[in-house]
Amino acid sequence: MGRYVVRRLLQMIPVFIGATLLIFLMVNVMGDPIAGLCGERRCDPATAARLEREFGLDKPVWQQYLTYMGNVFTGDFGTAFNGQEVTELMSTAFPVTIRLTLIAILFEIVIGVTLGVVTGLRRGRPVDTGVLLLTLVVISVPTFVTGLLLQLLLGVKWGWIRPSVSSEAPFDELILPGLVLASVSLAYVTRLTRTSIAENRRSDYVRTAIAKGLPRHRVVVRHLLRNSLIPVVTFIGADIGFLMGGAIVTERIFNIHGVGYQLYQGILRQNTQTVVGFVTVLVLVFLVANLVVDLLYAVLDPRIRYA
Amino acid sequence: MPDHQHEPERAIAGTGMGGTMDLGVDEAETLEKRPGVPDGRGPQEPPRSLWSDAWRDLRRNPVFIVSALVILFLLFISLWPSAIASGSPLKCDLSKAQQGSRSGHPFGFDGQGCDVYTRTVYGARTSVAVGVLATLGVAVLGSVLGALAGFFGGVWDSVLSRITDVFFAIPVVLGGLVLLSVITSNTVWPVIGFIVLLGWPQISRIARGSVITAKQNDYVQAARALGASTSRLMLRHIAPNAVAPVIVVATIALGTYIALEATLSYLGVGLKPPSVSWGIDISAASPYIRNAPHALLWPSGALAVTVLAFIMLGDAVRDALDPKLR
Amino acid sequence: MLLEVRDLHVEFHTRDGVAKAVNGVGYGVDAGETLAVLGESGSGKSVTAQAIMGILDVPPGRITGGEVVFQGRDLLTLKEDERRRIRGAEMAMIFQDALSSLNPVISVGDQLGEMFTVHRGMSRKDARAKAVELMDRVRIPAARERVRQYPHQFSGGMRQRIMIAMALALEPALIIADEPTTALDVTVQAQVMELLAELRREYHMGLILITHDLGVVADVADRIAVMYAGRIVESAPVHDIYKAPAHPYTRGLLDSIPRLDQKGQELYAIKGLPPNLMDIPPGCAFHPRCPLARDVCRTDEPPLYEVSATRGSACHFWRECLDD
Repeated sequence: MGRYVVRRLLQMIPVFIGATLLIFLMVNVMGDPIAGLCGERRCDPATAARLEREFGLDKPVWQQYLTYMGNVFTGDFGTAFNGQEVTELMSTAFPVTIRLTLIAILFEIVIGVTLGVVTGLRRGRPVDTGVLLLTLVVISVPTFVTGLLLQLLLGVKWGWIRPSVSSEAPFDELILPGLVLASVSLAYVTRLTRTSIAENRRSDYVRTAIAKGLPRHRVVVRHLLRNSLIPVVTFIGADIGFLMGGAIVTERIFNIHGVGYQLYQGILRQNTQTVVGFVTVLVLVFLVANLVVDLLYAVLDPRIRYA
Repeated sequence: MPDHQHEPERAIAGTGMGGTMDLGVDEAETLEKRPGVPDGRGPQEPPRSLWSDAWRDLRRNPVFIVSALVILFLLFISLWPSAIASGSPLKCDLSKAQQGSRSGHPFGFDGQGCDVYTRTVYGARTSVAVGVLATLGVAVLGSVLGALAGFFGGVWDSVLSRITDVFFAIPVVLGGLVLLSVITSNTVWPVIGFIVLLGWPQISRIARGSVITAKQNDYVQAARALGASTSRLMLRHIAPNAVAPVIVVATIALGTYIALEATLSYLGVGLKPPSVSWGIDISAASPYIRNAPHALLWPSGALAVTVLAFIMLGDAVRDALDPKLR
Repeated sequence: MLLEVRDLHVEFHTRDGVAKAVNGVGYGVDAGETLAVLGESGSGKSVTAQAIMGILDVPPGRITGGEVVFQGRDLLTLKEDERRRIRGAEMAMIFQDALSSLNPVISVGDQLGEMFTVHRGMSRKDARAKAVELMDRVRIPAARERVRQYPHQFSGGMRQRIMIAMALALEPALIIADEPTTALDVTVQAQVMELLAELRREYHMGLILITHDLGVVADVADRIAVMYAGRIVESAPVHDIYKAPAHPYTRGLLDSIPRLDQKGQELYAIKGLPPNLMDIPPGCAFHPRCPLARDVCRTDEPPLYEVSATRGSACHFWRECLDD
């Protein structure tokens, strides 16, 4: 196990470097990194040259990348367009997005798994067909449309919630955005659970459990669910990284000042430091989440051996 | 050790969370597959090829028929939008801004006073163009790279796997924002290029997997032993096996690419006005959501139906092509 | 009689039609007796066992008639909860493939202990101790250490011993073993079969041994019931059958066992295929494959003729068959 973790951590290094370098190149080569530094105006040539020297922009790109990463590992993520430290932005943005992601994951677990179990046990019945169709619709409607429609209905028409989230973004205001963020994954979790349950329901060990005279709920929860949830748990685990990186749309719709909002602002203002800094952290989160999922897999399924 | 096999496949979806995976294969509940059921032999049927068999199944599948009709209609109006919408999508009259439906303008007007019906019809062209062209690009690039990696293995394969990992680690919408925000060209090409750039790893994984499986088939080994050349092996024996899964995944991906284009346009980095795109219209309508919800609902509905049609078509084709389900 | 199955009928409803899997099966087992149920796959022997246990998949399966009288009660009239209490405690089942029949993600100790916590309300600790005891009982070495392990960590023979231990846990009156040794290596088969026979004697249980392997049957069974197309075609004490079968199908089965004294000769095989259960031939279901078949076999379904007080045959020409 220990050796496996070490090997996986080593494997993460090229992926981490590749992904951050890619973003770094995209932002640097394609954009104008100092464009955002003079506010809304264009910098005059003298200032531009000074700024370029100051930020080491006159050096080759690979050197800039190394310098930047060197700084990152000492905790220096640079400054954002408004002169704020990027780390400062992160300390306000990440808690918001983490809360949002947490709510989304909760929705996936509670609603997705429940629907999946219910439909998996009743395959071919009207409930099953209905839910299945619903999941297809949810998958097909892009998140920004789902978000806008729910905002229109719940926020504007019926007035159940505030259409936009306040800057503190407490848990209760994030419930609807969380549902919107979760929506597509929720549909996948439902389908995945359903398929898994339906597949395992006719397995030999479930037949054994019934033949042992176990009560139905014990057969379902302890024997059927335990096995069926292995792929679902790994999906949800891997989803954490995707949700945090994918919150841009949801955060924009509901005006949530989280990671996605800061990234969006950073990109619009072409602020290299903000964009690369946030992406670096997101990529790390994604990689660690995937590692944790792989390890979790071994805990859930004793047949998996790490060598 | 677990490879990435158990990780659900992710596609770029225009959802902001980049998640398409297997839509949950619904294995057919045939009698033969159930434990505890005695052999119920049906009448003997002659063997048929995978494709003709799949076609026979599809023709009877209402889901396939409906989605295929929707897609044909979309293709038609994206080629000849003027056939069903007489006006121009760019002819707007601010004095009619946010007005509801009336005769000749069944969907009403948007915030700029443009006719929502005409714009919705013309928006199909963008979506279909992006979806079809991006899918073609992704399928070709992904299949070739994946097939080469699967066929030759070794260093090729490892390098490709690492590159794939790198691409999977970047959130799709984020990548799109970064890359497209600096491009000023207002055509579909940058968007298509971006989708191809980030989309090919998904197809290459699938192509690689099916090539590796096909390579191990006895008849391929036999052909190799008989001295068939590499190119002949690839084209005659391996490619036909890898094509089916690629087609299925590509069809479903097509739907998600359409959604992705709309999402990027909504975020302001895909197409920009005066281009016509459902994403632009939805984005433009969202500030007036309270007064003119129709300007939001029509393009949203069109987008949803389009994406749904492609996803359902892919789903139906997959069910028909997967011989395990028979 | 410990268990008596009377005129049992089971059907499966499928897309292509109705498969009649069991068509009027009747057999009985006494306490301490071993009944071998013999037949090809699709003969209905496993479906009958599942109907007795109450673990038939419903739907597509459906019991359309008959009685299953166990310790004086017709199980088919009981409520599901009452049947559940009987399952595992009063009658238990051993399945063919122990690897797939044991839950892969639960330790064998917990799977064994579950019998005691659920049926007897024991604490987990006591149940664990019982599990170790049971594993000892079926001669699994180092039971105390291995109780924490998972099914995949055991060999095929050891896994089947765990299945046996699980069936034995609550000392049921009846055990149904569905091809318990088919999935095992030949050398291990004998050991497992011996263990099963020994434990049956010790606990004085009834045993229904479902198999298609006549070789296994001779050593352990008291009686044999031969099934074909969902019916019993011959039922007799084991020695009678081996001496002289009273049904052409039984004869065919016996003749198709390879024997040392026939070295070099072509092996006998019953011609034709088992019938399609959606379309069972009229009259005697075996007639298309039967060397003795005459016109009456194509029209009249033979009843189970009484050959002797302990023996029955569903062949119009059982006398001829016996004399052969």
